[in-house]
Amino acid sequence: MDKKFGIREVVAMGIGTALFVVLTMVQIPLGFVPNTALQPRMAILAFLAGVFGPIVGAVIGLLGHALGDALFYGSVWWSWVFPEAVVGVCIGLFVKKYAIKEGGFVSATPIIFFNVVQIVANAIAWIVVAPVLDILVYAEPANKVFAQGFFAFLGNIIIIGILGTILGIAYSKVAGKSSDLQKED
Amino acid sequence: MTRLISYEKKDTWIDRLSGFTKLVFFLLWCLTSALTFDTRMLLTMIAISFSIFAMSHTDWRQVSSVFKAVLFFMCVNLFFIFVFAPYQGCEIYGSRTELAHLFGDVYITREQLFYEFNVMIKYFTIVPAVFVFLVTTDPSELAASINKVGVPYTFAYSFAIALRYIPDVQDDFSRIRNAQEARGIEMSAKAKLISRIKNIASIIFPLLFSTMDRIDVVSNAMELRGFGKKKRRTWYSYRKLKRNDYIVLVLTVLFMAAALIITYADGSRFYNPWTNS
Amino acid sequence: MEPIIEFRNFTFKYKSQKEPTLYDINLKIYPGEKVLIAGPSGSGKSTLAHCVNALIPCSFPGKTQGELIVKGMTPKEEGVFGMSKTVGTVLQDTNGQFIGLTVAEDLAFALENDAIPQDEMKKRVMEAAKVTDMTAFMHHSPSDLSGGQKQRVSMGGVLVDDVEILLFDEPLANLDPATGKSTIALIDDIMKQKNVTVLIIEHRLEDVLYKDVDRIIVVGEGRIVSDTTPDELLASDILIREGIREPLYVTALKHTGAKIRPEDHPQHIETMDVSKYVSGVREWFESTRSEHPVLTTPPALEVKDLKFSYTEGEPVLQGVSFTIRKGEMLSLVGRNGAGKSTLSSLICGFIKPDAGEILLNGEDISPLSIKERGERIGLVMQSPGQMISKPMIREEVGLGLAVRGVPEDEINKRVDETLKICGLYPFRNWPVGALSFGQKKRVTIASILVMQPEIMILDEPTAGQDYRHYTEVMEFLKKLNEDMGLTIMMITHDMHLMLEYTDRALVLTDGTLIADAAPSEILTDESIADRAYLKKTSLYDLAVKCGIEPPSEFADHFISYERKLRENESRETEASGAQTGGITTGEADS
Repeated sequence: MDKKFGIREVVAMGIGTALFVVLTMVQIPLGFVPNTALQPRMAILAFLAGVFGPIVGAVIGLLGHALGDALFYGSVWWSWVFPEAVVGVCIGLFVKKYAIKEGGFVSATPIIFFNVVQIVANAIAWIVVAPVLDILVYAEPANKVFAQGFFAFLGNIIIIGILGTILGIAYSKVAGKSSDLQKED
Repeated sequence: MTRLISYEKKDTWIDRLSGFTKLVFFLLWCLTSALTFDTRMLLTMIAISFSIFAMSHTDWRQVSSVFKAVLFFMCVNLFFIFVFAPYQGCEIYGSRTELAHLFGDVYITREQLFYEFNVMIKYFTIVPAVFVFLVTTDPSELAASINKVGVPYTFAYSFAIALRYIPDVQDDFSRIRNAQEARGIEMSAKAKLISRIKNIASIIFPLLFSTMDRIDVVSNAMELRGFGKKKRRTWYSYRKLKRNDYIVLVLTVLFMAAALIITYADGSRFYNPWTNS
Repeated sequence: MEPIIEFRNFTFKYKSQKEPTLYDINLKIYPGEKVLIAGPSGSGKSTLAHCVNALIPCSFPGKTQGELIVKGMTPKEEGVFGMSKTVGTVLQDTNGQFIGLTVAEDLAFALENDAIPQDEMKKRVMEAAKVTDMTAFMHHSPSDLSGGQKQRVSMGGVLVDDVEILLFDEPLANLDPATGKSTIALIDDIMKQKNVTVLIIEHRLEDVLYKDVDRIIVVGEGRIVSDTTPDELLASDILIREGIREPLYVTALKHTGAKIRPEDHPQHIETMDVSKYVSGVREWFESTRSEHPVLTTPPALEVKDLKFSYTEGEPVLQGVSFTIRKGEMLSLVGRNGAGKSTLSSLICGFIKPDAGEILLNGEDISPLSIKERGERIGLVMQSPGQMISKPMIREEVGLGLAVRGVPEDEINKRVDETLKICGLYPFRNWPVGALSFGQKKRVTIASILVMQPEIMILDEPTAGQDYRHYTEVMEFLKKLNEDMGLTIMMITHDMHLMLEYTDRALVLTDGTLIADAAPSEILTDESIADRAYLKKTSLYDLAVKCGIEPPSEFADHFISYERKLRENESRETEASGAQTGGITTGEADS
């Protein structure tokens, strides 16, 4: 595989963004906090960042969130767009450790590591970056934005923890070539 | 699936502007709106925003459902601001004028109402501009414009790819969802959280897989046709800047500068109607 | 003359594989030649082509030995970019190759990458659009175009550069027969206008031979098996041996016991000299009979005056009625956009009809939900990738039962039974990714079959498969139909499929049913075939040339004869005990 930033990465950013945008409307509402629902698209972001690396992750988060906001909600909530990129970057930094494409994402170590990374990434993004931006840009009350951020954090670590992990394992199982398969009678 | 707001070919002066101009306007407009909390500036921006909307001859029906969604979202947000911080306004404006008593020690204050009013109009400065931007900008021009703003063309092109493949992915998604639903996997079932996520996984998994395959095919196709070969690239649908473009660009920059100077003139980004200074 | 492409003792092995895919290839192609490279899937024909445009080894890494020279260059060293100025490649997936947001932008893509100034670019784009006859569609987005139009854009997109070699990777795979025919005609036109060398990779031989080809190279298991003129090749038995379908009229002539001679020019039925074969053909026709089994079983599915439109005033279906009987196996044909998939979506309940009704076993199914219909009407999508949602075979096949809350031991029992029927039992604990395309297809069929539906609808069951896999899938479906009495409807534009495996075809055009008849009738009636974007079968032409009366019955005799041959064959294999509790298993990809 190419080490440099190649065409495949450019395409992954584009098509990944398209996928992210399309899945914007798939939500599992939590109901009790505004603008907060389990968002399966977060699992897609985590997965693609985990396969293609930090730059792809950042762009899908940034572009996907901005485009999804604009197309579906008619406004761009920039203070929540940038944290999305933060999640993509952080998860993408450790591509090699997960080895999703190489078929290594089936044992406990990389799976646990992936989840630790995603929890930290989401904490930075939603408990730090998003509320701070909300306060700076919109002068929103601190306790409100931290509460919102916390629920977003919770929702995202749940959906990435379950759905993102399922997708990663499934992809690893399918993509990884297993040579020791035997036909059984 | 909900209908997305999309480009519609028309021929107003806004449509005739280059995509580059509209992109610069859009970004600076968002930035200005984010930075200022000056009521006078926000109201001016709303006036400009809505008149641009009117001049663009945007079909109201095309954006009405999204507009209603924004309104709803905004109301919920305003409500929660009050729930979490009923006196945020008092802190900002440094005074407290009680208008009505609700219950316990919760009062509605003039300052809080004014603060929430500002938050509300802040939405309205952006929303019409986003609508106009989306409806009048030919998507073909966008990637070129992003490139001209200074973003490397590989990144700009990924934006074009995203727009190109959203309809395809959407088709794939509904086809896969239908077929899986026929097998009994429903996305909206009133099931437990975990099994709902699992059902969604069963729909997303084939979608993700075909997406990964598509990434391979498209990148080979692009490589075969020389994408990324040179340091720069030209754009078939880039429109050269004309007189109107320069006028709009200059006005936008001037307006932003003026808005920020007026906003921060008194050292605070808030406009306080109750100070005498 | 110097060859423009020359392979010298060329061997290639993919990095991920143990054995080379190409062995010791020696091949010369001269400027201005039109060469067809044929071979079954996995024979290495695509690998051979991708060595020429340098995708191999630049994008698909591996080890090469020997020499390959293209226009004095070594592709491996020039890289994909270096070769793209000389070799224009049109990929099989024309939707994937359509990168621009509009036709004009896609045509311009290569020029944009070359940083050509806008004025010149617009001129060259217009030229390419003229050559491919797309000038009326410049601002259309890909979703407004048919498969054939997208392919024209792909061709235009490589013609904007003055390439000297045009490489077509299975250009006919996703097209209906009529569009395929015009593609072949367009390739021929371009060749004459632009004076280029053309390489076509394809296993649908008869369709490519619609226009003259200089040479056909047959690739089998990584080696060149034959390199000769079409006339010579058709006279030999190489195609059959290599698992490539011969043109139907050639097969028919061989059935009559004739030995085909190259000097009679069998390349096109229209220009072939059949004088030596006429008496044999007539004799054979007299000595065979056609059989039309008449089904009298009760109706399984009745569609009555079904109407539907997505937007008002643009009806997609305008009053479609037909009845499918229990145990029937039939095909639904018509070009893209004729309403075939809308019809299946209505039957499955994904969309609601504007008027009309659908009865299943005499019962109106309009109150049933998608899920409830799914238990009785199974839908198998075209590409297995769109259905498979679990990494392991067992889980995938059992998924439909698991979500319906069927107890686990019942699931296990039914999954095992189904896997045995489908010949997948030996692979039951494998990941889906380790299976071949044909096996994946069978996994998706198994995952529907396990729910014991009353009727199964398959969308293009044989798309993108070579002759061997085609036969494998179709024989499997036939067995399900015969042994289990399963009612099967196939949506297709594969003429061979409808002719060989179904006794009845529904022809849908512009939302109306224009024919409901035996495929042999439809494919010998020019007006219906044209309207459905099919084409008349060459068997008809052969019959006319040999003076058979009525010529349409010749196709019927041919099909009946072929079916009998296949039945005898499968009886023999069964008798020899080669089966392992299922239908042929095929082998896995490595």
